[in-house]
Amino acid sequence: MITILETAPLNTVQDLGRPGFRNLGVGSSGVMDPLALKIGNCLLGNRADDACIELQTYPFVIRFETPTSFAVTGIDAPITLDGKPVLAWSVETATAGQILQVGIPKTGARGYVCVGGGIDVPVVLGSRSTQLRGSFGGVEGRFLEVGDQLVTQPAAEHLSGYGAVPPARVLDTAPCEEKTITLRAIPGTDHTRFTEDSRERFWTQPWRITPQSNRIGYRLSGAPLALLEQVELRSYGIIPGIVQVPPAGEPIVQLADANTAGGYPRVATVIESDLWRLAQARIGTSICFVECNHKAGVDAEQPINSYLDDLRLMVAHYRASSQSRNGAKPGGKA
Amino acid sequence: MMGTRAMLFEAPGAFTMQQQQRIWALIAHTENRPDIQELVPGVTNLLLIFTHAPEHPEQIADWLRDAWETLPPLQIAGRLFEVGVRYGGTLGDDLAAVSAHTGLSPEEVIRLHQAGEYTVCAVGSAPGFGYLHGLDPRIATPRKSVPSLNMPAGTVTIGGMQAGISALTGPNGWNSIGYTEICLFDPHRSPPSLFAIGDRIRFYPESIEL
Repeated sequence: MITILETAPLNTVQDLGRPGFRNLGVGSSGVMDPLALKIGNCLLGNRADDACIELQTYPFVIRFETPTSFAVTGIDAPITLDGKPVLAWSVETATAGQILQVGIPKTGARGYVCVGGGIDVPVVLGSRSTQLRGSFGGVEGRFLEVGDQLVTQPAAEHLSGYGAVPPARVLDTAPCEEKTITLRAIPGTDHTRFTEDSRERFWTQPWRITPQSNRIGYRLSGAPLALLEQVELRSYGIIPGIVQVPPAGEPIVQLADANTAGGYPRVATVIESDLWRLAQARIGTSICFVECNHKAGVDAEQPINSYLDDLRLMVAHYRASSQSRNGAKPGGKA
Repeated sequence: MMGTRAMLFEAPGAFTMQQQQRIWALIAHTENRPDIQELVPGVTNLLLIFTHAPEHPEQIADWLRDAWETLPPLQIAGRLFEVGVRYGGTLGDDLAAVSAHTGLSPEEVIRLHQAGEYTVCAVGSAPGFGYLHGLDPRIATPRKSVPSLNMPAGTVTIGGMQAGISALTGPNGWNSIGYTEICLFDPHRSPPSLFAIGDRIRFYPESIEL
């Protein structure tokens, strides 16, 4: 059990999402940065679909009411357990009564408080994710509030002292310029409906993330894009990552809490493997879209899968040796 | 393709019930493919979301085109819902705008709205929201340039050539002409959505406030 001692709006319980109900108008929800949750769950030996707390506002303070293993992933931030610093992306085990505080991130935007066994809220339509628009899932379909108590699994052993290398360090092929991120995207159905100049600018000019950016979508600002002629599209199903261009010409990237259908022209779709980078990009960051084809988009999953495979091996190895250490008698052979 | 893991099939031609029934036929034909995670019907289109990024999407596209050309339209009898509407008043306060746009009196707008039978083409956008076909073209009214910020769930609306009942309270660009008290979505009900594809809806006036 954990108790929320301090939180601002926008923090919710999320898992990997709720696929399968878009035909009823229910979007996927789920963590904005699925890689960070996968890493947290892997470190703790959880199931892939275990839920965590997604942080978007700080500071966030909780009290562990029972011994609990945890890891905070997604961000680099000042994190303390009873005032003592704790590393991000690493496993620690709190004793009952200890207080975890997560401060404002130095890098990244969305932090994930993952706990051993996952956050246990009722499964609604196959997922524990909070569906804010539909007001269900998570804790009563709403943001977490001070005083909320969340059920967790008491830790059976004292895990600590191991962690993951933050994925940005491993997966970023080219060093990024300060405050700029590169996202690979596949041209969309309506790409050719834009003027030649607009098409070229979409892929070359930097797009700034505006304050009107959240779990629903990111609104970007930059010199507007123009269509060759106005077009009235019929409503069609959309997915996270699709880049739509409303009449004013500045693109929107639809994300986890987006509607399931839309009607704006589609200029491109950010590949799934890069959505976690967008989830961690803060307001004011610039985005450069880099065109890629289907094969490159599929191949982009490979480094992420290898990273997770390596992590799984490391965690299995560490936990096995930790168990044998704990099982050894004092004075026994190391 | 939409990204690497989704493909949108768009039917050529106008928005007719027959084209929509061909989309329904395509859904029935596609839903048993083992590579499908979700099928998302739209208005004369269908989004396929795959469990994994397909290696050869062009083969699936060919398969879909072939199915589209050969499958007969799928008729779905659906259930008939009779929905009582409180027309006008503060919960239907775009009635005047619809009247002004169409050049018809508010009484005539209401008469034409409740005279038709509507069909649920697709459920989407928000949980339980049905895109309704069957609006009398004489009362078609474009979406508002400035959306209402907090339109209540249950508002009876017109958006261009489409009719609807808003499923959630929130911002909405469609024109409100009335209000009804039905609950369109309950995650703990099975099925959660009141409306399904092919269901028919008739509106009748519970009250009129002009």
